Amino acid sequence: MSNDRVTSTPFTKGLGFFVLLGIALLIILGIFVSPADVNQGESVRIMYAHVPGAWLAYLAFVMTAVSSAAYLWKRTRSLTWDRIAGASAEVGVLFMGISLVTGSLWGRLTWGTYWTWDARLTTTAFLFVTYIGYLAVRGLGGTHQQRARRSAVLALLAVLEIPLVHFSVELWNTLHQEASVAGRGTDVEMNGLMLFTLFLGVVVFTLMYVWLVLHRQRSLMLEDMLEDSGLDSALSERRAEATQAGR
Amino acid sequence: MDDLGFIVASYVVTFASVALYARGVLHRSRKAARDVPRDKRPWL
Amino acid sequence: MSSAGQQRFTGTTVIGTARLIAAKDLRVELRSRVLLNQVLPFALIVMVMFAFALDSDAVLERVAPGLVWLAALFSALIMVSRSFAVETADGALDQLRSAGVPAMGIFIGKMMALMAQLVVLVTLLIIAAVVLYRAELSWAGSVLLVTTGLTATCGLAAVGTLYGGLAAGAKGRETLLPLLLLPVVAPVLIGATRATESAFGTRGVSTSQGWPWLGLLAVFAVLFSVSGAVAFGPLLDD
Repeated sequence: MSNDRVTSTPFTKGLGFFVLLGIALLIILGIFVSPADVNQGESVRIMYAHVPGAWLAYLAFVMTAVSSAAYLWKRTRSLTWDRIAGASAEVGVLFMGISLVTGSLWGRLTWGTYWTWDARLTTTAFLFVTYIGYLAVRGLGGTHQQRARRSAVLALLAVLEIPLVHFSVELWNTLHQEASVAGRGTDVEMNGLMLFTLFLGVVVFTLMYVWLVLHRQRSLMLEDMLEDSGLDSALSERRAEATQAGR
Repeated sequence: MDDLGFIVASYVVTFASVALYARGVLHRSRKAARDVPRDKRPWL
Repeated sequence: MSSAGQQRFTGTTVIGTARLIAAKDLRVELRSRVLLNQVLPFALIVMVMFAFALDSDAVLERVAPGLVWLAALFSALIMVSRSFAVETADGALDQLRSAGVPAMGIFIGKMMALMAQLVVLVTLLIIAAVVLYRAELSWAGSVLLVTTGLTATCGLAAVGTLYGGLAAGAKGRETLLPLLLLPVVAPVLIGATRATESAFGTRGVSTSQGWPWLGLLAVFAVLFSVSGAVAFGPLLDD
């Protein structure tokens, strides 16, 4: 009975219900109801999954940076901020990966190629790898405080790194000016229903982000507690052994 | 609709990965929760 | 009065520490000869292997600047690893910190030692490019190249020390460091390669076109030196 309520509360249950409803509505509107685009044709339907996913990934990374700063600032220092940063980065990496896949599928249909070296795409790939590294650093071990401090500094360094990478890739790219990718025309002319579907996607994905981060943050807390209690019991065992040996 | 495969694939990739991830999170927390007493969880 | 005196006091200790640490690192390097006997030969064999892979003098000449910096990055990864393996082997870093040695001094010292080694490495790689890949150097090009080399190695040394310190002492550091470091140094690879291209005159690029790329390298070096000096303390503390 209590098993069902490990990390969920009435709030997350309600939220989860709305998210599932929203996803169903998004699929119906995105694949069946909304019209094909004048330029892109049917392939525009990928947009309703891709754009909200990319939005969510960026949102997650901003949240990671903000909570890392909150951890490093002495007045708000709390491991909760660290866990929010970690949960958010994990969700961000997931959605960055997803939107890289959906983006290249979409690019194949509209530009005729899976990948182009423009600054936005390249920076996105760098973001993906950088936060995979961030997650690896979180898994390095040590005390919770050590992990929190290390990863918070790293998250803030990423904030420094990403604009630099974007800027330098942009410079690199303007030098090249290779033949622009041929395609069916990439402009999307949005009508009301298309805009609404896209907007719905962004809202649903944002709610999904909240649900995922809440649950992940709580499960991280459980794991931290488990580690602490494991340490505690190991320590008390050692102490018991020591006193036994002393006698 | 030549592009149907790509369109369906992108939706499937998106929601299947989220579902898998969510399942993994719930599974991990259930495993961890076995040894953490209920009154120690601030959200309950 | 007291605050000004105190500031001057910490200032000298930071610089003093930096000098001591840098001298210590370089002495360790001179005695163990790891740079001379292992890293430089590795960099050279990478340059030779590039020639096998690309298999054309024309292509090699065209991509020589990129290969120089790519080989430099790979070798730099080894150097950073080594720089902190020396430090954490006997818990030396922890002892330095608990003895109250300023973290900023440690950072600057290790960065300087790393930069000195990188300068040696890059010089060798450029000579290798001239000899193996037929890169050509004019006087104006040499001035640009020296400035590029110094600025780029300064940036590389700063990020290398910062991320090396971040991963120091953790298990699995050797595999983690490249993953953390390579994405960050992409701007250095781009900037230094373009600047070196115009120094070599590859693809008919003139020397004057290389100078703007130095701006990128300088911004990188300054940003990461400053943030490294600031962030190194919190990283090492527990």
